[in-house]
Amino acid sequence: MIVTVASGKGGTGKTLVATGLAAVVAESCAVVCLLDCDVEAPNAHLFLKPALTGCEEVSLPVPQVDLARCTFCGRCAEVCAFHALAVVGRQVLTFAELCHGCGSCARQCPEGAISEVPRRLGVVEWGWAGRVRLARGVLDVGQAMATPVIRRLKQRALEGVGGPALVLLDAPPGNACAVVETLRGSDFALLVTEPTPFGLHDLEIAVQVAREELGLPVGVVINRDGIGDGGVEGYCAHAGLPILLRIPFDRRIAAACAAGGLWVDAVPEYREGMRGLYRTLQETGGAAP
Amino acid sequence: MKQWVVLSGKGGTGKTTVAAALAHLASQERRLVMADADVDAANLELLLAPIIQEAHEFSGGMVAAIDASRCTGCGACRVACRFDAIVQDGDVCRVAAIACEGCAACSYVCPAGAVTMSDRPNGQWFRSETALGPLCHARLFAGQENSGKLVVQVKQCARLLATERGADLLLVDGPPGIGCPVIATMTGADLALLVVEPGVSGFHDLERILAATRHFRVPAVACLNKADISPAHTSEVEALCAAEGVPVVGHIPFDMVVTEAMVQRRPVTAYCQGPVSQALRALWHTLQGRPEGMEGQL
Repeated sequence: MIVTVASGKGGTGKTLVATGLAAVVAESCAVVCLLDCDVEAPNAHLFLKPALTGCEEVSLPVPQVDLARCTFCGRCAEVCAFHALAVVGRQVLTFAELCHGCGSCARQCPEGAISEVPRRLGVVEWGWAGRVRLARGVLDVGQAMATPVIRRLKQRALEGVGGPALVLLDAPPGNACAVVETLRGSDFALLVTEPTPFGLHDLEIAVQVAREELGLPVGVVINRDGIGDGGVEGYCAHAGLPILLRIPFDRRIAAACAAGGLWVDAVPEYREGMRGLYRTLQETGGAAP
Repeated sequence: MKQWVVLSGKGGTGKTTVAAALAHLASQERRLVMADADVDAANLELLLAPIIQEAHEFSGGMVAAIDASRCTGCGACRVACRFDAIVQDGDVCRVAAIACEGCAACSYVCPAGAVTMSDRPNGQWFRSETALGPLCHARLFAGQENSGKLVVQVKQCARLLATERGADLLLVDGPPGIGCPVIATMTGADLALLVVEPGVSGFHDLERILAATRHFRVPAVACLNKADISPAHTSEVEALCAAEGVPVVGHIPFDMVVTEAMVQRRPVTAYCQGPVSQALRALWHTLQGRPEGMEGQL
């Protein structure tokens, strides 16, 4: 079963839920995989402390023009939807940071003058923390495109792991393309929110992405339950969203997370909640209860 | 006119809370224009009750569509597509629009001429008025691309407005992370105010956003939110800032009043005068002054 933990709003507790669930499920059954897809700010390793054993560069194929064969016809610039090439007189300018790596310039060049060379965007890394397989993507500082790193992470992370009982994807915040890339192929979207106006506003958009755009079954975890107002609760009832777990506002959880390490070890009374959440996910087989 | 952007690396550290409070305080003394650059989770408007003056459609790219009546199902498009955006659907191919990057590679390789490209509506952007001054903001449609381009659009609107109104401060509430929309947000900024929540995640993500501000040569200062929760982690963040030459310009204590103000949909400084608001006032005064090594002051 593949479950993506997403939220819309940042800092609602995605990594809290993903790491807690991974650690507790791994105790009682086979292998759990956790993919940290928040490649701009990956934090799951701070809590699971894996021994990283593998690393691979992620790159995007960008054009390299062989000027000896180029006739400056301008076809490459014409087919590029991202303005990553320009032909000026007897020069071809390439703007690699604008290139999405679609390959059209190389494919369409009538002279075969364009080859593709890799441009590094970041890395994917993997390792083990007990029975939790942790893989993460890390976008290089200064790079704009997170999506190709997430795509590569999802391709590489599960190689050689066998059939894990549970694959958890820790999504980035927001509701844009990087979240879609994370959610694609999942069986279930677990949306973590806080019961505040900000949490509600961003949850509504996350539901649109996961349920309306991608057609995934969706469940909600309310973190810091007890603060704020009843807006999230009312919305969930109205929109037919099951609330699968409530994690109360508890300073001990905040302190454990600030310190790093596993919060379900520091505050073990929440382990049962995590086990219950996993049972719910299992019983529904990834379908919404 | 100075342009200040509020950033964080990690999400949920209090960017919008700080931005709204600074906007409230700035509006009492300065001519202010605001922008919300967190276009896929735009929350500043929830605290500022904007009245929309102009709404514009935004399209940052294209999307492919396959005419099923002309498609022969040869699959050339599926082979050419590097974004897994083409699915074989029985005898024909179909575009999974949510995955399409609009590169048009499929349209060039289709032997039947069955692919058409069209503008993809990505979102909307708005010019609004609030009690604190004009606000430029946007709404990226759910799951869309081109959030960076939409940020550029919002900031352009705000900059023009700031020039028009003779504003002396453009205050931008930024998105989390260090990628595309963050780079678009910090471009042209005079100062990045980094809101940090002490702790291992906050520390780790501060290192990354600091590397990004350095990479793009934007002067940075840091403000520590919920600074009293864990003094040990606050000291660690302060030590990192000192080592990086980043002035720490504020310490905001943890207080439930921040959530109460949010529920009342008001900037916290307009809602109460307790320790959080005092800390935010001190932050505002520090930012206006000239702490050593800090650029971009008003």
